[in-house]
Amino acid sequence: MTKIIKPGKQSSIFRRPSSETGIWSWITTVDHKRIGIMYGYAAFFFLLIGGLEALVLRIQLSQPDNNFLTAAEYNAMFTMHGTTMIFLAIMPISAAFFNYLLPLQIGARDVAFPRLNALSFWIFIFGGAFLYSTFIFGTAGAPEGGYLSEEVGWLGSAPNGGWFGYQPNAGMKYSPGTAMDYWAIGLQILGIASLISAFNFITTIINMRTKGMRFMRMPVFTWMTFAVSFLLAFSLPIIAIALFYVTFDRKFGTTFFLTEGGGDPILWQHLFWLFGHPEVYILILPAFGIVSEVLPTFSRKPLFGYAAIVFAGFGIAFIGFGVWAHHMFASAISPVAQAGFGLSTMVIAVPTGVKIFNWLGTIWGGKLKLNTPMLFSLGFIGMFVIGGLSGVTHSVVPADTQQTDTYYVVAHFHYVLFGGALFGIFSGLYYWFPKVWGKMYNETLGKLHFWTMLIGFNLTFGPMHWLGLQGQVRRTWVYAEETNLQFWNIVVTIGAFIIAVSIIIFMINWIFSKRKGEKAPFDPWDARTIEWTIPSPTPEWNFSKAPEVKALDDFWHAKYEEDDEGRAVRKESAEQLLIELEEEGLNPTENIVLPNPSYFPIVLASGLPFLGYAVIYKSIPLALIGSLLLLIGSFGWGTEPLEEEVEDEEDNNEEYLDNV
Amino acid sequence: MLIKKVFKLKNLRYVFFLFIYSCIENAPLDSLSPEGPYARSIDELFWITFWIAVVIFAIVQGALLFSVFVYKEKPDSPEPKQIHGNTKLEIIWTVIPVLILAAIAVPTVRTIFDLAREPENALKIEVIGHQWWFEYKYPDYGITTANVLVIPADRPVRLEMWSNDVLHNYWVPKLNGKRYLVPGQTTYLNLHADSPNEFWAQCGEYCGLSHSKMRGRVLSLSEEDFAAWVKNEQKDATAFSSDDLSLAAEGQQVYLNAGCTQCHVINGVWDVQGDRIAPNLTHFAIRNVFAGAALKNNPENLTKWLANPAEIKPGTFMPNLELTESEINALIAYLETLK
Repeated sequence: MTKIIKPGKQSSIFRRPSSETGIWSWITTVDHKRIGIMYGYAAFFFLLIGGLEALVLRIQLSQPDNNFLTAAEYNAMFTMHGTTMIFLAIMPISAAFFNYLLPLQIGARDVAFPRLNALSFWIFIFGGAFLYSTFIFGTAGAPEGGYLSEEVGWLGSAPNGGWFGYQPNAGMKYSPGTAMDYWAIGLQILGIASLISAFNFITTIINMRTKGMRFMRMPVFTWMTFAVSFLLAFSLPIIAIALFYVTFDRKFGTTFFLTEGGGDPILWQHLFWLFGHPEVYILILPAFGIVSEVLPTFSRKPLFGYAAIVFAGFGIAFIGFGVWAHHMFASAISPVAQAGFGLSTMVIAVPTGVKIFNWLGTIWGGKLKLNTPMLFSLGFIGMFVIGGLSGVTHSVVPADTQQTDTYYVVAHFHYVLFGGALFGIFSGLYYWFPKVWGKMYNETLGKLHFWTMLIGFNLTFGPMHWLGLQGQVRRTWVYAEETNLQFWNIVVTIGAFIIAVSIIIFMINWIFSKRKGEKAPFDPWDARTIEWTIPSPTPEWNFSKAPEVKALDDFWHAKYEEDDEGRAVRKESAEQLLIELEEEGLNPTENIVLPNPSYFPIVLASGLPFLGYAVIYKSIPLALIGSLLLLIGSFGWGTEPLEEEVEDEEDNNEEYLDNV
Repeated sequence: MLIKKVFKLKNLRYVFFLFIYSCIENAPLDSLSPEGPYARSIDELFWITFWIAVVIFAIVQGALLFSVFVYKEKPDSPEPKQIHGNTKLEIIWTVIPVLILAAIAVPTVRTIFDLAREPENALKIEVIGHQWWFEYKYPDYGITTANVLVIPADRPVRLEMWSNDVLHNYWVPKLNGKRYLVPGQTTYLNLHADSPNEFWAQCGEYCGLSHSKMRGRVLSLSEEDFAAWVKNEQKDATAFSSDDLSLAAEGQQVYLNAGCTQCHVINGVWDVQGDRIAPNLTHFAIRNVFAGAALKNNPENLTKWLANPAEIKPGTFMPNLELTESEINALIAYLETLK
């Protein structure tokens, strides 16, 4: 019998929830693994929606002068596609990995603040729901004084100012209605979720590493989580302020970005990209971390230049704050500023290159097992390099003034965020699948997924390079037949549908393998890091006792030693070790204290959308409801009983155990 | 197996052919076929960077594919040597990219400043962005026009640009890169065409509903043609007298009575001081495009446009005036006289 200690008698007015199965157990959970899984599913749901939006865009662009969508619908779709993919899909999928893996990789029982973790998740859910409620409640229309020949319709009444929300176009005069308010306030709410988890992860990494887990022994994925958390902590306040300004401009008549009131539309761009460029690294660094775990495991070699990869990651994160104006080379920034930001953009290519060469060094001379996670990681390197190189062409400022605002840029950042981030994420999903579900995924379907996605991806985004260079501008609802762009646009649309097929293959594999997949062996990949020293699926208590780490890639060193030539030789004791670990992991011998579930994260989070609606509709009652929920949430949060101290109240525990 | 098939030389040729096919098409907005010194200096810079990128691309992808094929797990592969890193190598592949980038940086910075410098003997033209068309003013000649920018082919042009509403981005790919039009701020862009020709322009920055239809044409003319064009533009339109019974004269009455003059100006027919929100129509008939260069200037398109402007350009500020068919025909006849 396991010995999970639950709280004893409760003295407070609020009881802590006690469900261990069923929907309430998920709603009240503070378990980092369950939160990670929920983050993952929610993010994947939004990934599907964002993907559907992309397909709709591609149908519209498959023919010149097409009228599949109206201009209003097209603009709403590309705005929501970008916003969804960045804030509701890639960021939270990375959060899912952070949540599930971070405590396991550093040997902790949970994150530092489990309830804050749950709060972060629920704020994300409510923020996403709030943003998407624009399709029901939002309104949009022609600029003040302009005419439309037909109704905007439900599809067109979503935010339509672009995910970048450039002012003054996204202001009230040129984007009337409430849709852009949903966008600004929705992002504000989502930002709160990310900020909370950023501080949570920073605290966890600094304070909760197990014995012997020195900084320079942490897995690279943990390092990248650390870097991303700092990026979030420093960049999100900037966009928060900018979004407040926008909301104030739109709702309360301020003129931060409006020329007629002495404001400056370019200021918005500086603030937005000062957040927006670090955001790119927020999206890509988790994938760097995943790939740095997968490549060594399946090459059966240590990561080449661990320290260099770690410091390159932080170098990228740091320089990432100094390149924002390369998004604005066509604006009126001075030649000196253009040169400065062009050079800083070139500089950031150096640590990125270091990472790529070190990954190549890792697989060079290895013994490569080309299974699905490895294929995705290798695909990641191949595709990300293309995105990186086209990025260097952007740093050549005069060339960028031709490329900016064209499909060349669309191609570039999809090679980075899809070929990079998403390939890395899929690699991680397959790699840790056995750990999360205790089952193996289907390798054939996995490989089919990889190849269809690689082909579809390149058909979709490869031609966009020359489409852009031949003059197809971004955010273009239609293009003239005389521009001679139709051929490659059809190819791109076909590619997009191949990607859709590959995603369906992935879903079939996931659902099928999770239900009926083979049982995962204890250490399916002969892995290197300590999350593989515990049984799969991960027990509720993670480690039955706190592990002690003696080296980088501790688990590998427990299984292998090196012969005189430096080749890995499996220790004789390795098999025995695995059997012992499994036995030990399933049957903890000491008392285990787990954080208790709580109702209040979801209660507190549910107040925020009400406050959002209150601002949009300037409604006092809604503001009161929202505030009340926040108040109840925080009050209950503060007064609900803590878990009992095990040492001090042994009687209580025994009484509890007797009751069980 | 699959990879080997794809990378067979014969198949590669098809891939290459497709790529070439994409490049030789006649794309009027092609940024890779410069037809002026500014665009050419950008183009040269791009190809330098491109070929360096191709080399790095080949090295990295080559190393990647080499590793995959050579180090792929085989039944008899030995356990690999446990190499943790190599400081010398890592320094090399940090320093070499730095040197390559420095080599790119030098011409980049030089070109940035070259492009920004005001050319000597440049003709000054003001470009004003509107949702969704470009207005052009020639302060030296007192000309106001729209959609078609006419420039002399023998001398450079200095555009002074601003926006009347939201951000726009002026782009003539064959002549130069893009530059924003910002409300409340003046920005500059130089153009210079090699020879008399017609070029396409397009608004680059997302500027609302009809962003994609905010286009333009640039017409570069020889010295004499340009002088003739200036002379013609400076003339007012000839007003029809009220007892003229021609269709065009009837069209002038429609123009004056239906509300067109609220927003449009035709010099000599309906003069007003200051700016109006819609294009100046004085020499409408000699422009080959209209409605933000989204439509070719012909009677068929004019009929469509006048019947319901918002159907062509969603969000447009031109109302549907509910004109009858005969009013539209008269108006078109009148517009065709505005040479």
